[in-house]
Amino acid sequence: MAFIKTVIDGKEIEVERDSWALDVASQMGIEIPTLCHHPALTPYGACRLCVVEVTKGKSTWLTTSCDLPIRDGLTIRTNTPEVINSRKITLELMWARAPEAEVIAELAAKLGIDKPRFKVRNELGRCILCGLCVRVCDQLIGVSALNFSRRGVQRKVSTPFEKASNTCIGCNACVAVCPTGHIRVVDKGTIRNFETWNTPIEMIECNTCHKPYMPAKEFEYIQTRLTKGSPIEKICPKCRRADTVTRLHVASVSKDKKYNGGISYGSEKTQQ
Amino acid sequence: MTKLTSVVELEAYRAGLTAGDKTRPCVTICGGTGCRANAGLQVAQMFRNMLKAKKLDEKVDVRTTGCHGFCERGPLVVLLPKGLLYISVRPNDVEEIIATSIEGDGTIERLAYKLPGAKERIFRESEIPFYAHQRRIVFANSGKIDPTNIDDYLAVGGYSSLAKALTTMEPDQIIDWIEKSCLRGRGGGGFPTGRKWRACRNAEGYPKYIICNGDEGDPGAFMDRSIMEGNPQSILEGMAIGAYAIGSDQGYIYVRQEYPLAVENLRIAIKQAQEHQLLGQNILGTDFSFTVHISRGAGAFVCGESTALIASIEGFSGEPRAKHIHMSEKGLFAKPTNLNNVETWANVPVIIDKGWKWFADIGSDNSKGTKVFSLVGKVRNTGLIEVPMGMTLREIIFDIGGGVAKNRQFKAVQTGGPSGGCLPASELNLSVDFDQLAAVGSMMGSGGMIVMDDRTCMVEVARYFTEFLSRESCGKCTACREGIMRMYELLENITTGRGTIEDILLLEEVSAYVRENSICGLGKSAPNPTLSTLKYFREEYIAHIEQRRCPAGVCKELTTFRIDPETCKACGKCIRACPVEAITGQKKMPHVIDEDKCVKCGACREICPFDAVTIL
Repeated sequence: MAFIKTVIDGKEIEVERDSWALDVASQMGIEIPTLCHHPALTPYGACRLCVVEVTKGKSTWLTTSCDLPIRDGLTIRTNTPEVINSRKITLELMWARAPEAEVIAELAAKLGIDKPRFKVRNELGRCILCGLCVRVCDQLIGVSALNFSRRGVQRKVSTPFEKASNTCIGCNACVAVCPTGHIRVVDKGTIRNFETWNTPIEMIECNTCHKPYMPAKEFEYIQTRLTKGSPIEKICPKCRRADTVTRLHVASVSKDKKYNGGISYGSEKTQQ
Repeated sequence: MTKLTSVVELEAYRAGLTAGDKTRPCVTICGGTGCRANAGLQVAQMFRNMLKAKKLDEKVDVRTTGCHGFCERGPLVVLLPKGLLYISVRPNDVEEIIATSIEGDGTIERLAYKLPGAKERIFRESEIPFYAHQRRIVFANSGKIDPTNIDDYLAVGGYSSLAKALTTMEPDQIIDWIEKSCLRGRGGGGFPTGRKWRACRNAEGYPKYIICNGDEGDPGAFMDRSIMEGNPQSILEGMAIGAYAIGSDQGYIYVRQEYPLAVENLRIAIKQAQEHQLLGQNILGTDFSFTVHISRGAGAFVCGESTALIASIEGFSGEPRAKHIHMSEKGLFAKPTNLNNVETWANVPVIIDKGWKWFADIGSDNSKGTKVFSLVGKVRNTGLIEVPMGMTLREIIFDIGGGVAKNRQFKAVQTGGPSGGCLPASELNLSVDFDQLAAVGSMMGSGGMIVMDDRTCMVEVARYFTEFLSRESCGKCTACREGIMRMYELLENITTGRGTIEDILLLEEVSAYVRENSICGLGKSAPNPTLSTLKYFREEYIAHIEQRRCPAGVCKELTTFRIDPETCKACGKCIRACPVEAITGQKKMPHVIDEDKCVKCGACREICPFDAVTIL
């Protein structure tokens, strides 16, 4: 592993070659705003909020820090007037596009912007096309139910042909990573409806409380990824917690029963 | 076909070809896309049929060639060895041409070129000003050879550079030559080609890839298309030399699907080169192997950007990524990759053949060699030209291009395609090379050159190109997607009379932001049309805003046409030209435009021979 020296905001630091500038800055306690970056996903460089000023030799330029690998001879400044000005315009552009997204209004307020100078568009929802949902679905879940369609100003995230997705497993990862709360999902009865993706997903019931708790496809998806011979039971997190507590209690009071490590199985439960 | 397993075999094969015989009579017909659209292929077929009927087909060759460049006057027919040029030839002219100029020794006046205003006809291609001021290196053979027949290319010395490189030069020496020749990337960036090759050669990893960027997306540009259509073998030879120098054995040509003829001719070229063992395994019997694949683009302008192009070849949607890590280190399939533009590759065999010094003697201080431009817009001689770097805009537009069409006033020229800058008449003496153009706020780009006359509204020009770029942005980054869209919105405000002075300031601010903050070249260069028109034609913006007036009479909301009763000769042309019957008038009575009916199309103004239609 090669370590090299770099200077961020005047402080010299030794880092592993090719570590991302944004990560290094965060570790140093330097706050850089970003809306399209997630440590578990590959850098994307789309939102442009994490721009920093980089100097190498005689040239100085603005660039995103999330996808900037640190190499020899880089000096990075995260707080110059040019950087702040760039972030301000980025926020204005995002705000005018997604006026309801609170996170943007908050970041903008921090930089002293009270309203965007551009005509506000209300028809696009809160999506800022950061691509986190697309990447999480592809890189972490491995399903790729979502992608970008069209280009330029018409770009949007959607399922193929904007039809109900037959690959989506309903895991909610996209909802969890979305920085602006754009993705609408409603659980109603045995259906989890991803309104934003036009995709209703069938839920399975908990064997204990008989309430729907998990998408059927997600259950199958997890099952196929587990080793053979260890089937997972259909039990909701709430019932599992209650069950585990009962099991532990039983194990500790019943001396004549062999301790089973505190793990209970449904079949045992019915025997009690 | 004959396998050529050594240089000796190549030379022996070449010696047996008749196409190289410069004394043999031959009719060449331009088969470029422009001439095809004007029935060029029918003309060629007619020649073949008639020569056969007259039993002359054994003595006279007929060859459909690549683009000759003078597209304005197509279909073009050149009779060799005399070098007679006939322009705008129709199929029913063929019989007369054969009788007069092939069987006989005469010339046909009406098919010869005439300078506007001149009385004398010009019969020889080389004497026409359009050609006389050019220097053709890349296009030297385009108008002479049949692009679908490798023998034609071999007959004019094709693949001798590859043979020379493979048998007498070391890879480092080749790169050395390219570096010393000062060849710079013809795709627009102008990066030194030799340095790029060196970095890729020195990079660790296998395999290494060679890419030819043929995704020419600029509206009105057809330089690369004409090379791919007209002389595809020169590109393949250049790529093979580059692959040998860099240490690569696989190459890709990325070409637009919208260029069907280029795709077809490249396919044929690859197949024929493989059959002769000039591509594939053990080329010319050496240890060097190199295969070329064609990858077709699906129609996105942004795929001309190198990282987006790579994503597209890999099977992803064409979106660029940051270039913090060079392609020579991690490019196609994360392997060392060297990408050059079509024209750059086509220059390589010439440099190897004639030597770096010969090449470096052509051109200006920091830009060597020639550059191909597609000269279009309001210029008299539309077409494809190749000139030495450093020629002035004035020479290009007025000497080669013949000046502004319809004798109108020159207003501006946009260089470098849709994201190039618009330069005014005061910059006409500018030497056209990479650095000079960048210094005045434009760029070389891939070589588009659009001439504009005094009836062009510069604000509308900026609006038009900004709209194009906003549609062609891939939409990945906020700066390009939202920024260009807002620039368009502000420009639209100004052209429709809703603009304010604050809009200009905001426009400048957003333009600078988009230039500094976009991921790729599309966004970084997109503000050029806006910024350059703001710099050179600011008063037009002000007129749109303060006086609610479009000085050029183009922006409909800000224009009212009127017929000057003093100048109107009541000829009735405008009445017939008006699509909405808004003009009334009788003989000897000045005509009148009904403002309520007028749709401001400007057809009356365009057609009026007396310039009687004025704008208020």
